[in-house]
Amino acid sequence: MTAKSTDKLWLSGNEALALGAYEAGVKVASGYPGTPSTEIMENLSKYEGVYTEWAPNEKVGLEVALGASFVGVRALATMKHVGMNVAADPLFTSSYTGIRGGLVIINADDPEMHSSQNEQDNRNYAFAAKLPMLEPCDPEEAKEFLKTAFWISEGYDTPVIVRTTTRIAHVKGQVAPGEKTGSSVKAEIVKDAAKFVMLPANARNRRKFVTERMQRLKDFAESFPENRIEWGDGTRGFITSGISYMYVKEAFPDASVLKLGMVWPLPEKMIRSFAEQVDELFIVEELDPFLELHIKAMGIRCHGKDLIPAEGELNPGIIKKAITGEDSAKFAPVALPPRPPNMCPGCPHRGLFYALSKQKVFVAGDIGCYTLGFLPPLSSMDSCVCMGAGVSGVHGMAKALGEEGMGKEVAVIGDSTFVHSGITGLINIVYNNSYSTVIIVDNRITAMTGQQPNPASGTTIKGEPAQMLNFEELCRAIGVKNVVTVNPHEIDATKKVLKEEINREEPSVVISRAPCVLIPSEKKREKVPYRTAIENCTGCKACLGLGCPAIHWVPVTQEEGAKLGFKEKQKGYSEISVELCNGCGQCAELCKFDAIGKEEGR
Amino acid sequence: MGEQGNILFCGVGGQGILLASEVTAYSLLAAGKEVRKSEVHGMAQRGGSVTANLRYGTEVYSPLISAGEADIVVSFEMMEAVRYLPFMHNDTKVIVNTHKIYPPAVATGKMGYPENVLAELTSRNIHVKELDAFEIASNVGEVRAVNIVMVGVLSTYLPVDEQVYVDVMHERIPERFRDVNIKAFQEGRKIAAQTG
Repeated sequence: MTAKSTDKLWLSGNEALALGAYEAGVKVASGYPGTPSTEIMENLSKYEGVYTEWAPNEKVGLEVALGASFVGVRALATMKHVGMNVAADPLFTSSYTGIRGGLVIINADDPEMHSSQNEQDNRNYAFAAKLPMLEPCDPEEAKEFLKTAFWISEGYDTPVIVRTTTRIAHVKGQVAPGEKTGSSVKAEIVKDAAKFVMLPANARNRRKFVTERMQRLKDFAESFPENRIEWGDGTRGFITSGISYMYVKEAFPDASVLKLGMVWPLPEKMIRSFAEQVDELFIVEELDPFLELHIKAMGIRCHGKDLIPAEGELNPGIIKKAITGEDSAKFAPVALPPRPPNMCPGCPHRGLFYALSKQKVFVAGDIGCYTLGFLPPLSSMDSCVCMGAGVSGVHGMAKALGEEGMGKEVAVIGDSTFVHSGITGLINIVYNNSYSTVIIVDNRITAMTGQQPNPASGTTIKGEPAQMLNFEELCRAIGVKNVVTVNPHEIDATKKVLKEEINREEPSVVISRAPCVLIPSEKKREKVPYRTAIENCTGCKACLGLGCPAIHWVPVTQEEGAKLGFKEKQKGYSEISVELCNGCGQCAELCKFDAIGKEEGR
Repeated sequence: MGEQGNILFCGVGGQGILLASEVTAYSLLAAGKEVRKSEVHGMAQRGGSVTANLRYGTEVYSPLISAGEADIVVSFEMMEAVRYLPFMHNDTKVIVNTHKIYPPAVATGKMGYPENVLAELTSRNIHVKELDAFEIASNVGEVRAVNIVMVGVLSTYLPVDEQVYVDVMHERIPERFRDVNIKAFQEGRKIAAQTG
């Protein structure tokens, strides 16, 4: 992937992190896909000599990496910010056990929520779990910081978190490849109960170690070359880190800047000295006032969230406006029809949600492409919180409403999400004697993040064959007596099954199964698109109820309508964009006037 | 455009904006520029309004273009050009594919596609170059080459030789799609020359 004029590579932050992991000699890496972190593991899986895997969830992923570290190899866990919540349990205690082989956790935050349900600031985890955190400002630093993180991990007996954000992960820049290094730790089984068995007596000792370690890391932070001051004009001084540093340099090229490569623990002496040498101090950071809070706690006066927005992403223009009042914008936005994301043409989820939209039930949803079932015209999702919350929540609704609620609520969860966090909720439904119904929308892949295989897909991250989790057998083994599988492209049949199962007086599972249209095998499959026969279209708009991007309404004037032979009342007709149509046939099933058929037949 | 510039690519998820911005970035790199590019993956790519930010010059920090600072806007869909008006300034050059993709509210007949939407730009004296890249791509025999037609037009605004792009496409695009894409690129350049 070399750019021609230079020896440097042109890489995204995530590609650079994968290269960094390879160069750092990582032996075991585990993660769960999540935007904006997914491509790290995908790219790392292409390197020789590194074991990579998709774990069922982030907790498992971090525990796998911790186990590898315990036997003395360098290990990596990757996750998005909300994945860290799932992995928080091992995270907090791994801070106490420490490591043997270097252990690094890459955490990708998503300010602005481009593809997330919240924009939590995971720098708070470093503080709460008492762990060091590095934050790079571009792809090149991302790679170098990852290697540094392993060095810190082994030097200080600690897991290290490397935090990125969307504008590091999915920004491309030039990166110089480096030497492959490794660990001096030997891979072997070492029994060390005082360090690895965290029961109270041992944990109390390790707690003391953690305090000492953080003190040593504070000292290290003072001399760490990646915490550096770039002196400029002394009237304004900025303390910043990560992508915000790039914005500050752009907005205030002549100002003095203290760039923190390590955002926890903080170099207090350096910060104090910098603050004393500038007239006015500004803390520029996205999301929470994390640096600001800790700097104010040092008794240092500064500006921060009194000026800089705490919501969403920043950019140079926003920072400049916040501090000087100068606005770079010349034109105000113009009102236009919105263009939200949508399920693909031919998406199996669309058939399921269409069928569900006719059921008049509360749909407790979950995280994935299918969350888009919330949007009109399907409007078939009534809650979405976090992975697994729909399955657990629907049981809570059943218990709260009792008999009154029977047949009035249902959970919808994707295949990957079900494996991630839905199984325990389903066990709870059976164990605690609920009448809840769970629909598993099984498209054979983790789709939203870009078609990563999961335990139900039958392949590993490297595309090698793997045991395929059988949902029908799993659900029956849990104790669900009613397990029905449907093809969601067959809308009428799906409707019938949904009605029956949702109204059942005992737990039931509907598996709505058809492959994602973006799976390579599906993309290759020859598809015969559908077409509308305008002469048969009555303008009833039934097909438009699917909200398929390949179908649109064409309004006609009365004159045009007359020419087309329409009745006076017909205001237009539906048209299919054949270049977009994936030939699923859902619309043809809805058309009662034989106006939609396969192209070959017409 | 001169030694530095900010290019905003916009359109609808799935139109090949990432590849277009990638070919442009590689060509600028090959011409010795420093380049930073930012894109968004995940949910936003599912048919929604999407952008890629590309900045080049001798020293580039921010990968994002601020409001009012896009020098060139390359819009793969007509209405989307207008959505990003807040990123434009008085001298912004806008290259627009006049092909329409209906957003859900329009496709379902709830709203109309805005009439004469580009007047929102021309009435503000913003320079707009219109072309039907979809038709051009169809004519070269590959509707998916819309993105490379747009790169062809864009290339006439950038300080990079035509051959550099062709070399980059030889290097980056799989053989079976290569010729048709190079043809699409050249058709884009031709259109740019014709309409001035």
